Amino acid sequence: MKLTLKIWRQKNSQTKGKFEVHKIEATPEMSFLEMLDVLNEEIIEKKGEPFAFEHDCREGICGTCSMVINGQPHGPMALTTTCQLHMRHYKDGDTIVIEPFRANAFPVLKDLVVDRSAFDRIIQAGGFVSVSTGQAPDGNSILIEQDVARDAFDAASCIGCGACVAACPNASAMLFTSAKVSHLSLLPQGQVEGAKRVKKMVAQMDKEGFGNCSNTYACEAECPKGISVENIAKMNREYFSAMVSTSDK
Amino acid sequence: MIKLDAKIPEGHISEKWMKYKSSMDLVAPNNKRKLEVIVVGTGLAGASASASLAELGYKVKTFTFHDSPRRAHSIAAQGGINAAKNYRNDGDSVHRLFYDTVKGGDYRSREANVHRLAEVSANIIDQCVAQGVPFAREYGGTLDNRSFGGVQVSRTFYARGQTGQQLLIGAYQALSRQVSLGNVEMYNRHEMLDVVKVDGKARGIIARNLLTGELESFAAHCVVIASGGYGNVYYLSTNAMNSNVSAAWRAARRGALMANPCFCQIHPTCIPVSGTYQSKLTLMSESLRNDGRVWVPKKMEDVEAVRSGKLKPIDIAEEDRDYYLERKYPAFGNLVPRDVASRAAKEVCDEGRGVNQSGLAVYLDFYDAILRYGRAEAFSSGLDPEDYATVKKLGTKVIEAKYGNLFEIYEKITGDDPYRTPMRIYPAIHYTMGGLWVDYNLETTVPGLFAIGEANFSDHGANRLGASALMQGLADGYFVLPYTIGTFLSKDIRTPAFSKDLPEFKKTKQEVEDRLNQLLNIKGERSVESFHRELGLILWDYCGMSRNAEGLKKGRELLRALKKEFYSNVFVPGELKEFNPELEKATKVADFFELGELMIVDALDRNESCGGHFREESQTEDNEAKRDDENYAYVAAWQWNDEGDPVLFKEPLVFDNVKLKTRSYK
Repeated sequence: MKLTLKIWRQKNSQTKGKFEVHKIEATPEMSFLEMLDVLNEEIIEKKGEPFAFEHDCREGICGTCSMVINGQPHGPMALTTTCQLHMRHYKDGDTIVIEPFRANAFPVLKDLVVDRSAFDRIIQAGGFVSVSTGQAPDGNSILIEQDVARDAFDAASCIGCGACVAACPNASAMLFTSAKVSHLSLLPQGQVEGAKRVKKMVAQMDKEGFGNCSNTYACEAECPKGISVENIAKMNREYFSAMVSTSDK
Repeated sequence: MIKLDAKIPEGHISEKWMKYKSSMDLVAPNNKRKLEVIVVGTGLAGASASASLAELGYKVKTFTFHDSPRRAHSIAAQGGINAAKNYRNDGDSVHRLFYDTVKGGDYRSREANVHRLAEVSANIIDQCVAQGVPFAREYGGTLDNRSFGGVQVSRTFYARGQTGQQLLIGAYQALSRQVSLGNVEMYNRHEMLDVVKVDGKARGIIARNLLTGELESFAAHCVVIASGGYGNVYYLSTNAMNSNVSAAWRAARRGALMANPCFCQIHPTCIPVSGTYQSKLTLMSESLRNDGRVWVPKKMEDVEAVRSGKLKPIDIAEEDRDYYLERKYPAFGNLVPRDVASRAAKEVCDEGRGVNQSGLAVYLDFYDAILRYGRAEAFSSGLDPEDYATVKKLGTKVIEAKYGNLFEIYEKITGDDPYRTPMRIYPAIHYTMGGLWVDYNLETTVPGLFAIGEANFSDHGANRLGASALMQGLADGYFVLPYTIGTFLSKDIRTPAFSKDLPEFKKTKQEVEDRLNQLLNIKGERSVESFHRELGLILWDYCGMSRNAEGLKKGRELLRALKKEFYSNVFVPGELKEFNPELEKATKVADFFELGELMIVDALDRNESCGGHFREESQTEDNEAKRDDENYAYVAAWQWNDEGDPVLFKEPLVFDNVKLKTRSYK
């Protein structure tokens, strides 16, 4: 199939970017990123500069790939990262617009590559259980109901890609932050420092320049792992009860 | 001349580690604060080591080329992690895990290391649970287990099909905690390009800041390599695109030895290659073999009919199917170890019975499992276990709960629905057992240079058992290195911090810069990617699932010729001091050329078949692998030599506790 690609070109975070138009011949079996590989190979052949985009595992789990495809983070398929998107979902003659995740807290570094280190700093603010190596009791001494383990797993399956931020009109990181808060606060191991955790993580999230929750649920709709907005409600509950509790000020 | 000393402690195998731990030199807390450690890599091994060392009080600098430590490829491990907990009361024990691992590795691993691994395995589960890793649970709230290839007990702990992700996030969170406490300085987007030695000891690294392209020096009292395996030398593998050998290979070029590089694991259940633009292969977890049955048609006419799409596999009658693993290996059936399952798949495809266009695929079928689970569910919920529709629906639900995410991945990639039609799978490069030679302390032959996780060679011999990679990575990082690193650092408590302005740093940095400029200045006609693809094919064809002397020699010649062309005709766009992914690729491929050649040399030296290494010259009458313990019961540790052939050093393997047997899964 013949495709027209409009791809974002930007030298670095200091300069302005613009779209570049390229034609490409693709096959239905290719993945979206393989299609970009082919484009880059063609550009290199002409001694040009390939487009920078981030990718690594190409099986939808590392969270490295990003990009907004025709206005949607990770493209048109539900529950699918860009690397798992295949060209059989496009047809001959299509025009595809490819741009980086857009958010103040995710500055563009080059072309389609953005800086998502704010997410690391939110986790560093408290997204962990304070247990050092060697301090653990026997695994079965902490019994966890199957449903609770399942819900914690669902929240913990966030891949930290940032699509939720890119999808949100306010570029809010509520879904990402709440997924971690909820993963840990569901489990008895994480509940001990729950109040402290939620306050610190929310404070860091605000400091990084993410916007407020827009209540549009765009984050859940675009999340390639189906992380539910229920986590946001859980986090809000945790947060308010932490703010009013006197035990942890 | 290097003398290999594995430094295995005295005493009975079950007491070695315990006694050694209690008698080794320690570093006092006040001194730990003065000692600096560099850790390269943030997968399970690197992240867990960084966190644990920082908790102990060492000053840690941790490096990853990713934008975040959470992206390391450990994240993609699906199936699970082994531990000798015996929660199932099925006769598991430390000894049995030790035995299974030595046997599974085809008797090419070091007993003492493997026993230690089995000993600490149970602690890993406890640690991960305490961190909040959401392992699968039973109805009563206890931890659930499943069984994995090559063993007869259920000792694999799992978190759906995303165990690696959950364990890595646990380690990443522990690391993040230490970053927040100021105990770890985290360097994202930094790629290690060389080791710096001062007076013969590893005292720092040169890393390239991938955003600015600047080369930066970092000094410490010792260096830990946790950079993973080198499967991407084959270009197509289940590894992440950016996984590479460079950190380990640069260590090898600075005097560390590379052990058993030809031991590569080919995983039997991957999605087959579909096109020439393919950039990577995707694994379907081995856990699927618990419930899936592997088969190909018996009759050639059926093979041709399914290939052309005239016949659907579900329409092939039971008696016309060859469940070849169950037929050949009745004791283990579909759960034979990976190397055995891979070779068996190759064999039936070589016979012409492969089930896709390219003839390189076999079926993995869940139909029977769906019905079996469905009947059980129907029975226990008081429904009719003979009603096909109900049974099928209930059974599908059970399979979905167990493997839902894997089935989804499969459908996304292939467009086929594995609940309705069998999966098509084929073996692919997945893991590398070989790696930097380390002693019992996990120290390489360069003092102060340690290697952990997949980057070292120590625990899996010639074949790794399923769910053991996660176990080893975390064992090394949480429970082994934090102790053994003290054997080196305890001698350094009076050594002040090293300055990165030492002449050794300046010299090494200049060498790295020259190397990168050399690649940029070739300005030839071919892309890095095209060289990598061709290199991968050479290795797959001549040093892949099946090897022989003639092919290996030819492969080496082809590789050398291609390497020569690389250095005269590669085109690397852009500049040194900018964000330049093509230059990153070029340095990786340059190192893969040298490692690839070493793999061939190693495979040629080892004229026996063991584990993942199958030499056609060494097989039994019924074409099973034939080991040669008399001549090859050694670790082959290689010293790279720019001028001539690599130099071989042998560490003889002594088996006092496991009797060497022909590995049989029949």
